[in-house]
Amino acid sequence: MIERLKAMLVKEFIQVLRDPRMRFVMFVIPVVQTLIFGYAVNTDVREVATAVYDLDNSSQSREIADLFVKSGYFRLEARVYDDKKAQELIDRGEVKAVLRMNRGLSERLVGGRGAQLQMILDGTDSNTAGIALNYASRIVGGYNARLQEEWGARHGGVRTFPGGVELVSRAWFNENLESRNYYVPAVITNIVFIITMLLSSMAVVREKEIGTIEQVIVTPIGKGEFILGKSIPFILIGFINVTIISLVAVFWFEVPLRGSIPLLYLATALFLMSSLGIGLLISTISRTQQQAMMSAFFVLFPAILLSGFAFPIESMPQIVQWFTLVNPMRFFLVIIRAIFQKGVGVDILWPQMAALLLIGVTILSTAVLRFKKTLG
Amino acid sequence: MNGANATTTGESPEAQVSLHELTRRFGDFTAVDRVTLDVARGEIFGFLGPNGAGKSTTIRMLCGILPPSSGSGTVAGYDIATQSEQIKNQIGYMSQKFSLYEELTVEENIDFYSGIYRIPAGKKAERKEWVIEMAGLAEQRGTRAQALSGGWKQRLALGCAVLHEPPIVFLDEPTSGVDPISRRSFWELIYRLSGEGVTIFVTTHYMEEAECCDRLGFIFGGELIALGTPAELKAGFPGQIVEIGCERPFELLQRVESLPGVKSSALFGAGLHLAVENAEQTIAAIGRELPDLDLRMERITPSLEDLFVSFMQAQGRAASS
Repeated sequence: MIERLKAMLVKEFIQVLRDPRMRFVMFVIPVVQTLIFGYAVNTDVREVATAVYDLDNSSQSREIADLFVKSGYFRLEARVYDDKKAQELIDRGEVKAVLRMNRGLSERLVGGRGAQLQMILDGTDSNTAGIALNYASRIVGGYNARLQEEWGARHGGVRTFPGGVELVSRAWFNENLESRNYYVPAVITNIVFIITMLLSSMAVVREKEIGTIEQVIVTPIGKGEFILGKSIPFILIGFINVTIISLVAVFWFEVPLRGSIPLLYLATALFLMSSLGIGLLISTISRTQQQAMMSAFFVLFPAILLSGFAFPIESMPQIVQWFTLVNPMRFFLVIIRAIFQKGVGVDILWPQMAALLLIGVTILSTAVLRFKKTLG
Repeated sequence: MNGANATTTGESPEAQVSLHELTRRFGDFTAVDRVTLDVARGEIFGFLGPNGAGKSTTIRMLCGILPPSSGSGTVAGYDIATQSEQIKNQIGYMSQKFSLYEELTVEENIDFYSGIYRIPAGKKAERKEWVIEMAGLAEQRGTRAQALSGGWKQRLALGCAVLHEPPIVFLDEPTSGVDPISRRSFWELIYRLSGEGVTIFVTTHYMEEAECCDRLGFIFGGELIALGTPAELKAGFPGQIVEIGCERPFELLQRVESLPGVKSSALFGAGLHLAVENAEQTIAAIGRELPDLDLRMERITPSLEDLFVSFMQAQGRAASS
């Protein structure tokens, strides 16, 4: 057993490490992906291109426009003086927001009557529009509070509202709500899934395609020895990928890693049962490496979309949410994010880990049963 | 002519390979149809037939990697249907693809199979040197298999297949795509193994290789249609062979085919071979019918290729009628 396994492993490692494309896929791709997610995928909304449509042109209207720009959330892109021009800028996508203040704004404010200002947003990107609107109301709210204070001071220290409710919010685990902290650790799930599933299925199918499998199955090697020999290198590669991505996340992007590192590896081991199991299953239904690749992508896209990586599972329709329950990525993602940001342990994460174990054992045993050491 | 079923019916105690009515179907298609034969210890048995005749399917069943649909067979005394794992320790197998790991060097390929076959530690080095010497690869030890020429790949593949000193070796078209000189040196290796008592079961479609075998089986359309030593098969040839040397053999082929007494005809080198009932009568008849042509005609001893061609034409006619 040990001797044959050793021979298989030596051979597999030589094959994997001698192929420059394989080395690239294993060591360069994880770093590149982590960098892409760290830099490019940024859902924080800042510097929204804004046009100021100021028909009042008073000290008050200029002050309000200033507040928007100084907040850092809006950037003054243009000043417009008619509807047509404002429309055109939004159509061309040069601005995402228009701040419109009508003539008479300052008069009404000074007179103590309420005034309105209008915020027009480009709703095609609903996410950015919603967040920008939220910032805008906060800015206006702050301005109102100041107006009230000034009004009170001028009228003998009387405040209109002696006491209101003030919202003091604090985001735990990610104080500045940086999307990087959310996405970079999650790259682990994607990379480990893609690389171990794809490479393990292709490693088996390549032997079919080249014909070496025919030579191997006439030897007395056992099915278990063959499968283990094929899997162990990819288990190691999975752990190496977790390590590389974690190092880039922590030391380059300064994403906090608050939880236990052994727990991170234990969860990876549980997840690898599923990803290697799927890889092995694919190899039992594919004859060529191309077929294996097609099947892998067929699994990959729904697995990523239904994992909660980019789109929250809670907002999916109930039926789709049920589908996510068989997706190992979904559970691994919760564990990874919790270990990195919350620093929680097995006491909290055991349900996800149990789910990974159950899914993993099911997939892996199906794959092993289906895997035949005969042809035809 | 010996019928396939007349010569042997399995169960000989000396037989290393013994098949009885072995059949393999793929859906409606019968790839191997009730094949019965025995191969004795130390024999070089040649399995001949055109592509798709069922040669590789038979070998795969014998190696225990393809279960038979019906019939039975034993290899080294083990049942091919139920004891395939025991058989795997007794056999060496080499396919026409020379299935080596291209990224691995010569030595690494040998080491891999040496581990898989669990060659004892004390013998490993000795067997490795034996393979390297046999295949003439001393200079290429550290070369990756992908850089080897066809002949070297083939000898290395054979070396890996017999690393564990199996008593029986199955070779599935081992010389396809290899140059004639490499082919000859490969056959020297086969004789060497056979001399050491190894039983060789080899498929081929090269007739000069068939001549090298101790015994032959012809398979066509999944059926074994002839079985015997090369000499027996030639002696049992039904009829005589006339060789015709001429300028435009293809044109002549059509004109002589219809002559009485001509059973089959085929292009052969720069001329024609006719299988006939009586050579003298045919030569005389052609001389009478085609006096304008300057033909060199001669009765010759049938070669294996003549046999092969006439078998196939006879089967083809039987199938179409």
